[in-house]
Amino acid sequence: MKKYLIATVSCLVLATAAHADEIKIGIEMGFSGPIESLTPPMAQAAELAIKEVNDSGLFLGGTKVVAVRGDETCIDASAATATGERLVTSDKVSGIVGPTCSGAASAVLTNVAIPNGMVLISPSATSPGLSTIDSKGLFFRTAPSDAREGEVLAQIMMDRGVKTAAISYTNNDYGKGIASSIQTAFEKLGGKITLSAPHEDGKGDYSAEVGALSSAGGDALVVAGYADQGGSGVVQTALDTGAFSKFVFPNGMWGESLLKKFGKQIDGSFGDLPGSDSPGAAKLVEMTKAAGINSTATFVPETYDAAAIMLLAMQAAGSAKPADYKGKIMDVVNAPGEKIYPGDLAKALKILKDGGDIDYVGGSAVEFIGKGESAGSYREVQIEGGEMKTVKFH
Amino acid sequence: MDILNAFVVFANFVLLPALTYGAQLALGALGATLIHGILRFSNFAHGDTMAFGTAITILATWVLQAMGVSIAPLPTALLAMPAGIAATILVVLATDRMVYRHYRVRKVSSVTLVMASLGVMFVMGGLVRTVIGVDDRQFADGARFVFTAAQFREWTGLTETLALRSAQVVTLVTTAIAVIWLQWFLKKTRTGKSMRAFSDNENLALLSGINPERVVVIVWILSATLATLAGVLYGLDKSFRPITYFQLLLPIFAAAVVGGLGNPLGAVVGGFVVAFSEVFVTYGFKKVVAYLLPAGLQPDGLLQLLSTDYKIAVSFTVLVLVLLLKPTGIFGGKSS
Repeated sequence: MKKYLIATVSCLVLATAAHADEIKIGIEMGFSGPIESLTPPMAQAAELAIKEVNDSGLFLGGTKVVAVRGDETCIDASAATATGERLVTSDKVSGIVGPTCSGAASAVLTNVAIPNGMVLISPSATSPGLSTIDSKGLFFRTAPSDAREGEVLAQIMMDRGVKTAAISYTNNDYGKGIASSIQTAFEKLGGKITLSAPHEDGKGDYSAEVGALSSAGGDALVVAGYADQGGSGVVQTALDTGAFSKFVFPNGMWGESLLKKFGKQIDGSFGDLPGSDSPGAAKLVEMTKAAGINSTATFVPETYDAAAIMLLAMQAAGSAKPADYKGKIMDVVNAPGEKIYPGDLAKALKILKDGGDIDYVGGSAVEFIGKGESAGSYREVQIEGGEMKTVKFH
Repeated sequence: MDILNAFVVFANFVLLPALTYGAQLALGALGATLIHGILRFSNFAHGDTMAFGTAITILATWVLQAMGVSIAPLPTALLAMPAGIAATILVVLATDRMVYRHYRVRKVSSVTLVMASLGVMFVMGGLVRTVIGVDDRQFADGARFVFTAAQFREWTGLTETLALRSAQVVTLVTTAIAVIWLQWFLKKTRTGKSMRAFSDNENLALLSGINPERVVVIVWILSATLATLAGVLYGLDKSFRPITYFQLLLPIFAAAVVGGLGNPLGAVVGGFVVAFSEVFVTYGFKKVVAYLLPAGLQPDGLLQLLSTDYKIAVSFTVLVLVLLLKPTGIFGGKSS
């Protein structure tokens, strides 16, 4: 036993010594579970950024970066914590890109990252609750909080002359969160929400719900639900009874089926979707396509950016230790400095090496606000002649 | 004008939806109450029988649509319904032969039959999901509206508006025909009279030479027909999803109990009582009242008794109240 232990320890020491010029980045995502179809292209996007950095040979005096994947399962907090522990204590990663789901992110943040002083950059956790955790400067996200979408949507409604509105939201955490953030933001701007009431998905009949919303009245009806679920039932009943003719749709409603079902009937309705018109987005689509990654998949730009930001911050700090580089993350992402788009990582590493400043824009036009979460860019869309038209970007 | 506006709002959001929903419940409750009157048990499988009849009707509708058959502006499903009714009759008769008759000949207590029907309900539910799946199906075609909200506003020039959907008209007309025919059948025909005799006193009926098996077959045929009719009309008006039909069981039994179990006319009234209570307590009357009251007395609140989340609780409450205060129902039936 003793011999075995000694052998193991010496092997470990040797292994560490042999790879002194190599650091590891953990990629903790929901590779199994409800978002398992989204995560493979996301992980590939993170690895694409890492490969770009390795190919430049400029990172921390020629240090190589190795990606280590770990499954967070999305819904099982204890499994996510165990994977996080493994990445930190046995793989000895220098930072983690992930976790992808809000629940897993808060579990790994409180149980693993804070006690171990590990940096997390999540590409896709959007729950407003994550902003309220005291993360000791260790948690960042390249996806905007849902609270941010509420602010953007409230502003769009105001700009379009909607002064009063009723809200019908799907009765789950997403629906409640987005409805209350729209209401708070809209009322702050001087608007009035006449009624905010839930609807259940999968019901046959929404006439009672629409009846109540109609008595409350308003210039428009905000439907914070899903296009394939109760959301379209509410829209259908509202159209049938003539209760509302103008609708406001947050992110969850914009599916193919919405246009297919209602088409011209909902002309003049509008809403928002995550998206940006930055040249970085187009550049990244080209790069991912060339690398054989599904370029239109959700959160691919955010993940590429998360990995790139982590490595650039290390370069700026001249160290891969979380305690050293965590303070550099905001500097790297925000102005001032030279704008950095996808594919420019070698240039960015060079500037940082020479002591210059960069402003990382990336594929999702990322800009950190608050404690370090993306301000988010949204696409304002409206329905004209049964088609979805992009109006502008916020 | 204000009074007219108030009435139009009321009609659009309370009267029409409640009438339609009430008619659908009434047809469902009629089927359930007939079984209870003659076979003396509460058939829990009734909701899933409705789903089965509707599922077969939808399949037949697809076949007709593929063949290009159409009776526009009426929905094709009306033409396909005989197929659904026939299939449902076969299934319930087979169920009776395989399950209920076994218990009937042993003269078991009605609780045993109720439990047996619970088992049938699960089997029937599984059958429906195997046949058509669990998804939401919209199978209404033809003209969607008799007149739309926009047309009504144009005609009348009122601020408020009203829409009348074809499914609502079809439901109300079909229900009226079915109820009147059933009344005539039970009161005037020989078969109907023998059924009522059987329901009133089984032994006396047997003594006077009524064939009990024939009565049982007829009551199943009637019940299956009414179930399919109710299911198809509900699906045309709203949409078809197996789980929704299972959930209809509660309001249907509430309706049957309110009217007095075993009393057909009571079931119809009960259907409307349950539907109107559901819509009344969850509707916000702010708009209606605003038109009726002078400017100084305008209400601030929604004037809504219960949030729409509690809709399902209304039929429970109605059921409990009736059982507490008048267990035999408004019109008197068998004690439930």
